[in-house]
Amino acid sequence: MRYLPLTDTDRRDMLRVVGAPDIDALFADVPHAARLDAPIAGLSHHMPEMLVERHLGALAAKNMTASGGPFFVGAGAYKHHVPASVDHIIQRGEFLTSYTPYQPEIAQGTLQVLFEFQTQVARLTGMEVANASMYDGSTAMTEAVFMARRVTRRKVARVSSGVHPHYVNVLKTLTRFTDDEVVTRLPDFTPDDDLAELAAAVDGDTSCVVVQNPNVFGHVADLAPLAAACHAAGALLVVVVTEVISLGLVRSPGEMGADIVVGEGQSIGNGLNFGGPYLGLFACREKHVRMMPGRLCGETVDADGRRGFVLTLSTREQHIRREKATSNICTNSGLCALAFTVHLSLLGESGLRKLAALNHARAVQLADRLGRIPGVEVVTRAFFNEFTLRLRQEARPVVRKLADKGVLGGVSLGRLYPGIAALDHGMVVAVTETATDADFDAFEDALDEVLA
Amino acid sequence: MGNGRWPSCPTPDPSPEGEGSKKEETMTYTGNRGLMLEEPLLFEKGAPDRCGVDLPDVPAVASRLGGLDRHRPIGLPGMSEPDVVRHFTRLSRQNYAIDMGIFPLGSCTMKHNPRLNEKMARLPGFADIHPLQPEATVQGALALIDQLAHWLTTLTNMPAVAMSPKAGAHGELCGMLAIRAAHDARGDARKVVLVPESAHGTNPATAAFCGYAVENIPADARGRVDLAAMRARLGPDVAAVMITNPNTCGLFEPDMIAICDAVHAAGAFVYCDGANFNAIVGRVRPGDLGIDAMHINLHKTFSTPHGGGGPGSGPVVFSAALAPFAPLPFVRKVGERFELVEEAQALASNDHDLSFGRMVAFHGQMGMFVRALSYMLSHGADGLRQVAEDAVLNANYVLRSLEDVFTAPFAASGPCMHEALFSDDFLEGTGLTTLDLAKALIDEGFHPMTMYFPLVVHGAMLVEPTETESKASLDQLIGALRSVATRMLAEPAEAFKTSPHLAPRRRLDETAAARRPVLTWREPEELAAAE
Repeated sequence: MRYLPLTDTDRRDMLRVVGAPDIDALFADVPHAARLDAPIAGLSHHMPEMLVERHLGALAAKNMTASGGPFFVGAGAYKHHVPASVDHIIQRGEFLTSYTPYQPEIAQGTLQVLFEFQTQVARLTGMEVANASMYDGSTAMTEAVFMARRVTRRKVARVSSGVHPHYVNVLKTLTRFTDDEVVTRLPDFTPDDDLAELAAAVDGDTSCVVVQNPNVFGHVADLAPLAAACHAAGALLVVVVTEVISLGLVRSPGEMGADIVVGEGQSIGNGLNFGGPYLGLFACREKHVRMMPGRLCGETVDADGRRGFVLTLSTREQHIRREKATSNICTNSGLCALAFTVHLSLLGESGLRKLAALNHARAVQLADRLGRIPGVEVVTRAFFNEFTLRLRQEARPVVRKLADKGVLGGVSLGRLYPGIAALDHGMVVAVTETATDADFDAFEDALDEVLA
Repeated sequence: MGNGRWPSCPTPDPSPEGEGSKKEETMTYTGNRGLMLEEPLLFEKGAPDRCGVDLPDVPAVASRLGGLDRHRPIGLPGMSEPDVVRHFTRLSRQNYAIDMGIFPLGSCTMKHNPRLNEKMARLPGFADIHPLQPEATVQGALALIDQLAHWLTTLTNMPAVAMSPKAGAHGELCGMLAIRAAHDARGDARKVVLVPESAHGTNPATAAFCGYAVENIPADARGRVDLAAMRARLGPDVAAVMITNPNTCGLFEPDMIAICDAVHAAGAFVYCDGANFNAIVGRVRPGDLGIDAMHINLHKTFSTPHGGGGPGSGPVVFSAALAPFAPLPFVRKVGERFELVEEAQALASNDHDLSFGRMVAFHGQMGMFVRALSYMLSHGADGLRQVAEDAVLNANYVLRSLEDVFTAPFAASGPCMHEALFSDDFLEGTGLTTLDLAKALIDEGFHPMTMYFPLVVHGAMLVEPTETESKASLDQLIGALRSVATRMLAEPAEAFKTSPHLAPRRRLDETAAARRPVLTWREPEELAAAE
């Protein structure tokens, strides 16, 4: 077997050193009732590399890929072009096959990257500090709500109706057995009143208000008035960003007064991967750093006075604090953070701004074209690269029929909000730099035909 | 930014202390030493107007951002592609990695990461599909998840598996949420979770997160759960016992079946931490021992790369009693078609309406699923059994080759499983500790073993070689460990207290880092203003 270096001669020699008559003797502690004498039935036996490729290649071939045709699906995961050098760097064995940097003297590569990543995330979100990543945007948001409870010693989190419904569901799951109280709101097509109503609802029990920008319908809003209302009541403003490219063009949450910014970083450096692995971003104000969850990399010096980096403030973490830890998180998304940092280093400020401007301009162009189709109304007035259509018929079957015509046209609100009939005609459309004019033509024609 | 100064490598200090230092160091203009290359931060190299990506021109349109355009600079330096490749390549060379040598980090299962897995995960049919595409367009992806689920449930003899947890600790959370939901569903408000004192820190952290009080159960003199003490503590207030098996001392719990029986008799559930599944995969099915839930770290047993701290993947297998409470979404086969069940209310039969809900935005770590299935298919049921056998043989070989020099607290009780545990008792009186030994091992060109875990022995050193090490590789590690230990016992302590001497950095001041945390780079002017 190609991954196993020991030969039968090695095994015999080593058993002699160990003083065991055979391999079974090393498993003597296993109760008799649970011992297996042969390979487990019902599973295939070992395979040459070529056959594994054939098997998995056949499964892969059954999927319709994002690059295979016109593609406009978003709602929390976005198709962007990732430069080839990003994948080259993350496949270097020194990054790919290393562990969490517990021995900093021989992990400065990973640690310096994390320090660079934290700095990039803090600057992008307009915050002072950021951690070394979380699992994904949804779990980062949930951790932000817990952190707000620790900071304010209050229990009520008020969640905007524009937060991605899957994120809200994750928050509900993970607060089911804690003493947090999560107050949610039902979405509708015109969320204009949402922020004002949230601002009016903030009270002395509110630990935080959670709002997404751009929200799940694509709507971009000024959060400054809401931030002011939160701060007047002693609550924190948590801002969720699921399309991180937007931060190249849209005013940062930090500038608008956010106290904690969380996000999904997949758009920079990471592919769609059917939903994972992704990259949770977490940034906050420096005064709250000791309440933060997750790993943190900090600068220090070595015994010779040379600059170096270490994991720090670990007295917040589970391996030291055990049941009193700020979070149970251990392994997070290190390699996805590396991909993010490499891609953002390639883009730089000028590249990110241009990429964001390109996304916005293309989205505006497509929105104008689709809005002219009979039976289609663009309901999102201010947006970045994603907007919501209200169709004259239920959107879920429309999305399926578009796929039959080779167009992956978006996400129906019926899928995101099953059971809310008022949203059934809604469809969220995302446009990135990857969509061509020919894709626009194909989408326009197909939608026109399906709705006719 | 980009001021050309390299603050990480000050000009070597020619002061009298420098002359008195033990080693002659060659001074260089750059601060580099041969292939050991220093690298500044990208914030010291790049510039905001430099870019390594060519983008098409932006069409002129009227902005529809609602006046929310960004005005202030962000502060993100860019670099050309050659400089980016060089920056990260230079940084990579300051890392130790499995690709370079044995990585014997106990409880972490740092085995070889096959490159076939990387190739398969990058097939566009897996890497370039969106989690919210219509079901009909992702049948191959759903089939892959279903096949991996079949492998996991068959290898563990458990009826159900939740695929979405993103790492081991997230899997623990999944398991404990199901346990809490199951108790709540029968109106049973139990308050306590029992955790052995040797448990990984995530176990008590997870139990506390689910609203439970955590109580420790002691180990016996042989490093196993004290069955009598546990039986005595079980009662109507205990919701679950969280057990790692093989345990964190690298030992199989011989009373595991009796433990599970006792826990069930008390109306509680057994959560098994599957971090050490590599020791028994293909030889023991945890379901046969009577457990109710166990997470499986695909990034340990099933060879997906650790990536310097993730991403991982932690699917959780469930017993029939807990299966109805498993999270959403999940994949279901209906005839020849695969469905992704995202909402409990969407189910006609509603056999999953007890689900505790969603744990992540989408469906879990697809990229890790592909790699893990690629690995399982490569090994097959026969190869996986050999994996466990070789992993255990390698660990016992290390244990017996070192026990005359190192203190091996449980060696007398019989063979270990996949990892060998030592304490630093043999260093008593030298003034040296496990930390010093680990740092000396760095100079020998190895990544050290896990240090100071588990907490149940003094100065723990936990060595997990894994099955992908050859005998020659083990012999070299053993030789180095014997040499370092022998020298630590015989020679003056000072040289060891200051090791490593040959790594890219000497010992780093972790106390200073925590006392005054510097977590982001600041412009020198900004720092000066803050002083």
